[in-house]
Amino acid sequence: MSNVQLSDRKFMIGGFFCLIALIYIVRLFYIQVIDDQYKLAADNNALRKMTEYPVRGYIFDRKGKLLVQNEPSYDLMIIPKETKGCDTFALCEVLQINKIEYLRRFKKACQAPNSPRKESVFEKQMSAPTYAALQEKLYRFKGFFVQKRTVRRYPRPIAAHLLGYVNEVTKEKAEKDAYYREGDYIGITGIERSYEEELRGKKGVQMAITDVHNKIIGRYMNGKYDTLAIPGKPLYCSIDMDLQEYGEKLLNGKKGAVVAIEPSTGEILALISAPTYDPNLLVGGKERSRNFTKLYYDTVDLPLFNRALTAMYPPGSIFKLIDALIAQNDGLINRSTVFPCQMGYPPMGGKPKCHAHGGGKNLTGSISVSCNSYYSYVFREIVDQKKYPHFIDGYNHWRETVKTFGPGTRLGTDLPYDKPGNVPSVEYYNKVFGKNGWRSNTIVSLGIGQAELLLVPLQMANVVASIANRGFYYTPHCIKGVGPEKALDKRFKVKHFVGVQNPEAYQNVIDGMQGAMEPGGTAYTNRLKDIVVCGKTGTAQNPHGKDHAVFLAFAPRENPKIAIACIVENAGFGNTWSAPIVTLMIEKYLKGKTERPEVEKRMIEADLIHDKIKVPEKHR
Amino acid sequence: MSRDQNTIFAGADRLTILTYMLLVVLGWLNIYAAVYNEEHQNIFDTTQKYGKQLIWIGGSTIIAICILLIDANFYTAFSYGFYGFLIAANILVLFLGREVKGSKSWFRFGDVGIQPAEFMKFAANLALAKFLSNSTIVVNQRFRLRLKDLIKNYKNTFYALVIIVIPLIIIKILQDETGLAIVFIAFVIVLYREGLSVNFLIFGILAAILFVIALVVTQITTLLIVLAVISSAAFLFIPRNRKSLIVVALVYMASAGVVLGTNYVYNHLEPHQKVRIDVLLGRGTVDLKKEGYNVNQAKIAIGSGGFIGKGYLQGTQTKYDFVPEQDTDFIFCTVGEEWGFLGSTGVIFLELFLILRVIFLAERQRSDFSRIYGYGVAVILFFHLAVNIGMTIGLMPVIGIPLPFFSYGGSSLWAFTILLFIFIKLDANRLLILR
Repeated sequence: MSNVQLSDRKFMIGGFFCLIALIYIVRLFYIQVIDDQYKLAADNNALRKMTEYPVRGYIFDRKGKLLVQNEPSYDLMIIPKETKGCDTFALCEVLQINKIEYLRRFKKACQAPNSPRKESVFEKQMSAPTYAALQEKLYRFKGFFVQKRTVRRYPRPIAAHLLGYVNEVTKEKAEKDAYYREGDYIGITGIERSYEEELRGKKGVQMAITDVHNKIIGRYMNGKYDTLAIPGKPLYCSIDMDLQEYGEKLLNGKKGAVVAIEPSTGEILALISAPTYDPNLLVGGKERSRNFTKLYYDTVDLPLFNRALTAMYPPGSIFKLIDALIAQNDGLINRSTVFPCQMGYPPMGGKPKCHAHGGGKNLTGSISVSCNSYYSYVFREIVDQKKYPHFIDGYNHWRETVKTFGPGTRLGTDLPYDKPGNVPSVEYYNKVFGKNGWRSNTIVSLGIGQAELLLVPLQMANVVASIANRGFYYTPHCIKGVGPEKALDKRFKVKHFVGVQNPEAYQNVIDGMQGAMEPGGTAYTNRLKDIVVCGKTGTAQNPHGKDHAVFLAFAPRENPKIAIACIVENAGFGNTWSAPIVTLMIEKYLKGKTERPEVEKRMIEADLIHDKIKVPEKHR
Repeated sequence: MSRDQNTIFAGADRLTILTYMLLVVLGWLNIYAAVYNEEHQNIFDTTQKYGKQLIWIGGSTIIAICILLIDANFYTAFSYGFYGFLIAANILVLFLGREVKGSKSWFRFGDVGIQPAEFMKFAANLALAKFLSNSTIVVNQRFRLRLKDLIKNYKNTFYALVIIVIPLIIIKILQDETGLAIVFIAFVIVLYREGLSVNFLIFGILAAILFVIALVVTQITTLLIVLAVISSAAFLFIPRNRKSLIVVALVYMASAGVVLGTNYVYNHLEPHQKVRIDVLLGRGTVDLKKEGYNVNQAKIAIGSGGFIGKGYLQGTQTKYDFVPEQDTDFIFCTVGEEWGFLGSTGVIFLELFLILRVIFLAERQRSDFSRIYGYGVAVILFFHLAVNIGMTIGLMPVIGIPLPFFSYGGSSLWAFTILLFIFIKLDANRLLILR
């Protein structure tokens, strides 16, 4: 073939190109002109993407009573671009705002991060009457529509710290996390935060077609792109509402915390931080921010501060239990070991001091009467024991064993923000006293739970739960089941064994704790008639004023159902303030009622905060 | 040619340049519409894509002028040089490039990304033109099944194919950019123009048709259909002797090979490619919210445009970002929605006009090199046009390929500009070449 013949192929090629173009044009004619299927979004119609907010998960208490529920709330949304012809005057009247306020909000809705084309909140959580009045006239308000959401409602005003609260998501979070858009709600503290993903559910989207009168006239593509909102999962909380409510009543007017745990499961039965607040205060639109500000700036009560998880206290005498366990486990003492007491620790000239309890005691007696001298001896025996070449190793042995009970590390509950407490390290003391500048006697007050030793109330409760279990604990948690299937995170099914596994040692310590509730014991006045309670008082010295009153206990002695720790700040003796609260709560939990009305009355009525500081009446 | 002998436009085809400019301007207007939002209305806002595209367009103008300034012989002389250089660049990008969406095919210079694969097109075109202008692929003998003859007759075709296939393999296998690689197949049409037997094209088209049939119905049915068609054709039209019988048997075996190979090929595709083929052919259940989303939304956007469109910047589908990638590969949706049937047809005509104009110019060249290069330009542009628009209206599987001069993107705009303007320069120079 010559080039002339080949050049005829240009017709083939050009023809082929034209043919394809023709096919495309025919196809375009078909889908653009003939087929009506694609024209649903016609010129006069606009699509509105409506978010359907899921119902946030309900929370039930351990008996199946409703702890947290929801109620509907209505936000007025605006799409500024579509408000041409809106009856602004009537709208201002309904919302009871003036023109200036209207323009301010309108401008806000137009500026980044909002956009004139996209909807944003104009009026948050309208009251029911406002909503009713608005609904009637909505057809006159072009570019406005009502967005339904739900907000939290608390049938009983309790457990605020535990449950936490929900609030609008921050701008940063909304930018980082694709699920949230500005104006969405998110759990900020407590259960609401740690179980946010389970509680929030999944948003649904509805694509609606609206006509020029801003009325929804149908679903886009027959709802092909719509998704249903999936409600949040219900949570089954281990809290006993009645116990929680009762405990909060007892702590009224005091600063402090109570944590009660079911030892056999690690489930938290009550978690109280006082002073507390009504969780219903932090729900809603305008009132919410007003209430929050008020709570936030209450520097006397610090009601937003969760003492149960984040306040670190010196444990005081309750710590003697751990010393007794360690010393027995190391074979340093036994039930009949007696150490002298001369109103204090003799080798160091009577320091630390002790109280009059009638001379040297044996092991069980030392717990019952809480002898400071005894545990100064015990602590030094542990640290200086011959097994270790150097007392530093002895100290580290003590420290590591203490840490297996929980102090010194975050327990890892399912609540956010718990603090680790403090069990001071060798490095710390080397820094304070210089290397070789300290001995076991320098730090002897650690043995009686003072000095730099710090625990949060949750850790105290965990210690007593471990003793009640005779040597192990489950990580304390307040959610016993997620969703209808009541799933429990497997980390809460792991048994943690503490560093003392010696049945006899526990036997002796528990005997001592039982003795504390018997004649001659430190908490005899708070004994219960028909329940065998094993308790330990503590009166923790602290730099902030009067001693903290500490008490921990478990009951009944065999197959314990409840382990509980209580601290009341700057109140005085453990037996005077904490032991009544603990024993009343044990009674309430095990029997459903209490039989000591006069004790109950005294506790409920005592106000240790405001009586003391004399707040001028008008600021109360 | 007389008026502007002394300018750089001396002899340059004004019609082609005007069409080019028109397409670039229309493309920019549509990119503006596709990314339009009210917060950024300044057209020079370089944080927005239309602002950036303006910079790319400025760059293209400078490139076009430079190409017209350089002596035409430069492109002829350095054809293989360009080819080698870009092959090297396409391999180097694997080591020095930055990963974008899973494939490493971009060089980064600060904020600016350059994709060497886009520039491979003009270099391969130059090399192919250079090779074909020096060696013929025309086969003048009758077909004979002897190895010696086959080698003698098809040696040059083979070399030409190698020039095409090397970049294809590098871009497809090493860079994993299917869309950019598959373009090189279009050069087969250039080979056809230069003498490749039409049988190869027919065989290729038939194989494609068989592939589609075998996927839509079953392999067995396809085999039976093929057997029936070939047998009856043979019975009716072919003289009955031994040689014809062998040919018929060979044709049948080849068809059977294609049909049986269908599943093998399909199963070795990437999952997303399988899905795209399924979407196109309507195989199985296509979920319009997932795998079928792009194409369906593209069709809705185009289809809702109607005859005259919704008007510039009035497209609701565009406004609400229903169509993904609507400033790059799916830019045609914006055209379809806002300019309607009239506008989309207009764009197709404009692009087609440019392509046919290039073929016309190619045919008037005295030099083989210029003609072959011109055809290369035409087929590359056409391939992009056909695949890009085809996928938005559901006639082609979704392949990431830009619409020439329209889609957002610096590399593709510059590459198309270089491709076209080298040809415009060669054409301007045609009278200086002695036959």
